[in-house]
Amino acid sequence: MKQLKSFIKKEFYHIFRDVRTMLILFGIPITQLLIFGTVIKNEISNVPVAIYDQSKDDVSLELSAKILSSGYFQLNENLGSIAGIDEIFREGTVKQVIIFENDFGEKLQREGVANVQLIADASDPNMARLVTSYTTGIINDYITKMHPNLQMPLRIKPEVRMYFNEEMKSAYQFVPGTMALILMLVSALMTSISITREKETGTMEVLLASPLRPVQIIVGKVLPYLLLSVANAFVIVFIGRLVFGVPVAGSFILLMLETILFITMALCLGILISTIAKTQLVAMFISLIALMLPTIILSGFIFPIENMPTVLQWFSHIMPARYFITIIRAIMLKGVGILFIWKETLILLGMTLLFISISVKKFKVRLE
Amino acid sequence: MEKIIEVNDMVKQFGSFIANDHLTFDVYKGEIFGFLGANGAGKTTAIRILCGLSAPTSGDVKVAGFDIYRETEKVKKNIGYMSQKFSLYEDLTVSENIRFYGGIYGIPKKERKKKETELLQKLEMEEARDKLIVGLPLGWKQKLAFSVAILHQPKIVFLDEPTGGVDPITRRRFWDLIYEASADGITVFVTTHYMDEAEYCNRVSIMDEGKIEALDTPAALKQTYNSANMDEVFIQIARKPEAKKQ
Repeated sequence: MKQLKSFIKKEFYHIFRDVRTMLILFGIPITQLLIFGTVIKNEISNVPVAIYDQSKDDVSLELSAKILSSGYFQLNENLGSIAGIDEIFREGTVKQVIIFENDFGEKLQREGVANVQLIADASDPNMARLVTSYTTGIINDYITKMHPNLQMPLRIKPEVRMYFNEEMKSAYQFVPGTMALILMLVSALMTSISITREKETGTMEVLLASPLRPVQIIVGKVLPYLLLSVANAFVIVFIGRLVFGVPVAGSFILLMLETILFITMALCLGILISTIAKTQLVAMFISLIALMLPTIILSGFIFPIENMPTVLQWFSHIMPARYFITIIRAIMLKGVGILFIWKETLILLGMTLLFISISVKKFKVRLE
Repeated sequence: MEKIIEVNDMVKQFGSFIANDHLTFDVYKGEIFGFLGANGAGKTTAIRILCGLSAPTSGDVKVAGFDIYRETEKVKKNIGYMSQKFSLYEDLTVSENIRFYGGIYGIPKKERKKKETELLQKLEMEEARDKLIVGLPLGWKQKLAFSVAILHQPKIVFLDEPTGGVDPITRRRFWDLIYEASADGITVFVTTHYMDEAEYCNRVSIMDEGKIEALDTPAALKQTYNSANMDEVFIQIARKPEAKKQ
């Protein structure tokens, strides 16, 4: 125990004396969260649109007003003919043109079917997709509320996210994802670097020649970073709440327990990396390329897993962050308890145990 | 004389490369044993096996009376090790390094404090107590690293090229420390490629291509090889394979 205490004390000296380590631990998470939360937005506001209303009856006018008053769109022009559309898109002044057909209201009442055409500027496909899906959403909402007995022949792509995030705030999506990314990165990166640094400086040999057991070395390396990463998680949840208004709807204690589980898993991965990497640089590359990129791309953080090609979907199953993101989204946004996330928790637990056993085994008592 | 290291027919193989080719030698308690050889002769491999850092491929090895395969932990408690690379933490102060190594060898706090004061007095480094290692001169660092390696009063201390890259005067002072430790009853096992240092040892072994080619006191070796100094002895032994080829 006393040996371990000396070891942990030494680790804290290393951490607190190195400006770069402190920056990675606390500077990067905060800036990353702020960047992801504010810059990358999947929501729209005041998008310029044009409307070509051929019917100009009560229903079409009311619907136009509803679309324009949503805050998402801003009327740029009322078109008088279909001819101006090409021109207007080429100029790039509007992102979408909404066209109501002749006798819109009458057709709706008599036949139950009326057509609205949405033309979007798809030179920015992501934007076009967002704009059209927001518009169809508004139209749909209007129809179901105003005319509950009617049906519109509009194809609506249901966006799952909307259910728990009715205003479709992207911060709700990014805060859990960023949390997973940062914790993964900081934990795995920092442990793998701090172990390989001792290999590089030669102090690892001295440690291994001492009576310290490998388990003590591993615990001594992991424990300080575990504490700091938990502190990090607190900061992220706090900033998410304060700056982006992301709530913790479920149990805070459960959230923290799941977080500790995920951090432990990432720390073990870091040890595993350090057993492969001989230098700090290699450890850093492996952590960044093998962990960070797949975590961003394949975990469902940014791109929905359901939309991926099948092969990548398989890969996403081995991404620990995937399960953690599901878990924290469920706790933070849906407010559900362990009953709904026990499967993901169990998978994370299994991965943690697997990594621990491999790394203890691979951590060489005898350096070859 | 009491044997403190017993090596019998030790082999270490990396793939098809034989780093240690059937080594057999003993080291006696209290002596300064020089372990010489050119770079790549297999010195570091052997020293790492003796410290429990690496397992031999075959052979019997006993260090401080303990079997190196089965009693590695006990071996580690009874040895000190100073690696070729420098073994103190640069971002820790002198005092913090002493406390850390004292801690992992389980030295009680009171005793450690006493030892720290004594040690710093002896090295005349009291003023540097709270300075970071990174700012100290290399000679100081090496003396400190050695003192830390024997802080827990091991039976044997292994020094892997401890004096690389320092000037002759600092090296001489370093050897004063080694003599002191030896006088205190600590066996010293040292590798070096400075041949003048070989003269300071009680006995030396000279390795070449994984084999021990010679083992005796410096005086006896000089007589056997009919040389004026250890440098010539070493050159004669190291040249032998070339002579064989011709």
